[in-house]
Amino acid sequence: MISYDSIQELVDKAKKKGKMISELVLEDQARQMEQPQEELFEQMRASLQVMADAAAKGLTAVSKSASGLSGGDANKMRQSVDAGRSLSGKVLSETLAKALAIAEVNACMGRIVAAPTAGSCGIIPAVLLTLQEENDLSEERVVMSLFTAAGLGMVIARKASISGAEGGCQAECGSAAAMAAAAAVELMGGSPQMCAHACAMALKSVLGLVCDPVAGLVEVPCVKRNASGAANALIAAEMALAGIESTIPVDEVIGAMKAIGDAMPKSLKETAEGGLADTPTAKKIARDILR
Amino acid sequence: MNVFDIIGPIMVGPSSSHTAGAVRIGKIARAVAGGQPAAVTIELYGSFAQTYKGHGTDKAIIAGLLGMAPDDERIKDSLELARELGMAFKFKKSHNKEVHPNTALISAVDQTGKKTIVQGSSVGGGRIVVNRINEINVKFNGEYYTLLVPHNDTPGMIAAVTNLLADQGINIAEMNVYRSHRGGEAMMVIETDQAVKGELVSLIEAVNKVKKAVLIKPIY
Repeated sequence: MISYDSIQELVDKAKKKGKMISELVLEDQARQMEQPQEELFEQMRASLQVMADAAAKGLTAVSKSASGLSGGDANKMRQSVDAGRSLSGKVLSETLAKALAIAEVNACMGRIVAAPTAGSCGIIPAVLLTLQEENDLSEERVVMSLFTAAGLGMVIARKASISGAEGGCQAECGSAAAMAAAAAVELMGGSPQMCAHACAMALKSVLGLVCDPVAGLVEVPCVKRNASGAANALIAAEMALAGIESTIPVDEVIGAMKAIGDAMPKSLKETAEGGLADTPTAKKIARDILR
Repeated sequence: MNVFDIIGPIMVGPSSSHTAGAVRIGKIARAVAGGQPAAVTIELYGSFAQTYKGHGTDKAIIAGLLGMAPDDERIKDSLELARELGMAFKFKKSHNKEVHPNTALISAVDQTGKKTIVQGSSVGGGRIVVNRINEINVKFNGEYYTLLVPHNDTPGMIAAVTNLLADQGINIAEMNVYRSHRGGEAMMVIETDQAVKGELVSLIEAVNKVKKAVLIKPIY
């Protein structure tokens, strides 16, 4: 049984057995949940399908959320990519479009998979689905990479937090980006150690990011932070796959995130009292919505 | 915790606590009321009261009362559905410093005028805690098969009910007994590892002085 107290421990165990992190996690979870591996795989495959459906729906949607604050931006991004106006390359632009799409579907009360939360639900699928499309990868490999994301996510949840109310946005969009980065590395053939470095590098880039939702809604800045989280994941994965290492080991980065989250004032942890939520425009929006 | 707590649940957005959790509170209220109520009044506290329109907390609670699960895509249309199905509803913003910031108090009335009160709090990640049934303060989360057994506060009642469970080979995962005052209204909340069938509920109700018992199936 694995305790999920350390990502390095996952990496070491995977290395020792000559397996990918995903295989190790799937085997362990099947044992812990007393269910066959096939059943867990099927359940994860169903989640991937919901993710793909949400992306497809959001990419063409024009409707707005109940508050009117979000909806339609993914469509703009997609049209821009389709028109060949990508500034930073097709993979990144497509990833951004999907991240916006899924986050907008969430804001509009559509069906999503919390990954690890509803507020950060666009990051992991945007990265993995885009890599799948661009590299013609099998569904099976993408499903497996979700077990890597989940395994690392369990360590983050146990040793720090995946809740904005507890640890700020670093714990939600930061964790999602870190999980996506590791899954992307595995998907593109990187080693378990590279997955850990990618996870560390993604998390390091957003340490201290606060959770300051306008009017307390999972919309502004959450939807666009899904896009930046997905980009962050691709950056970290790209660096790790090039052989770049994180100087601070991943488990220590997670410890730092926990300490930062604890030190963060309450006004910046999902209470909508500080940060962007406390700007004149946000306060006006909040007044208009509450009316 | 397992992998599906991290990649999952599959749910309708936008918020696990304000939407998915709210559906579950509504669902428990439906079970306790014994089906779809004729009319409900829902009091919202704290963050639920502040942000319910933007998070669709109102639609979510109504959806739960109509029997939907947190991943049902009809949640966003639940208010219209409730009107079609003849369930009247009213929302009120309330204040109470004592309760968790994401709390709803649901007062339901059935066709015969019988009133049921359920109060629940959404405590994060879509998980909930039920903290009041009618006039009695309780605590359970809907993860197990849960039996609510109201009874008079007299000796032997608990033994009689638990013996019935033992006879059927049902293991009690957790059990608590609550009462309004000594010798007054009381309630057993029994969470079990195995599925509880309807016949067992009838047997429990046949025990002397046990009033209408309620069986709640796991909501996760």
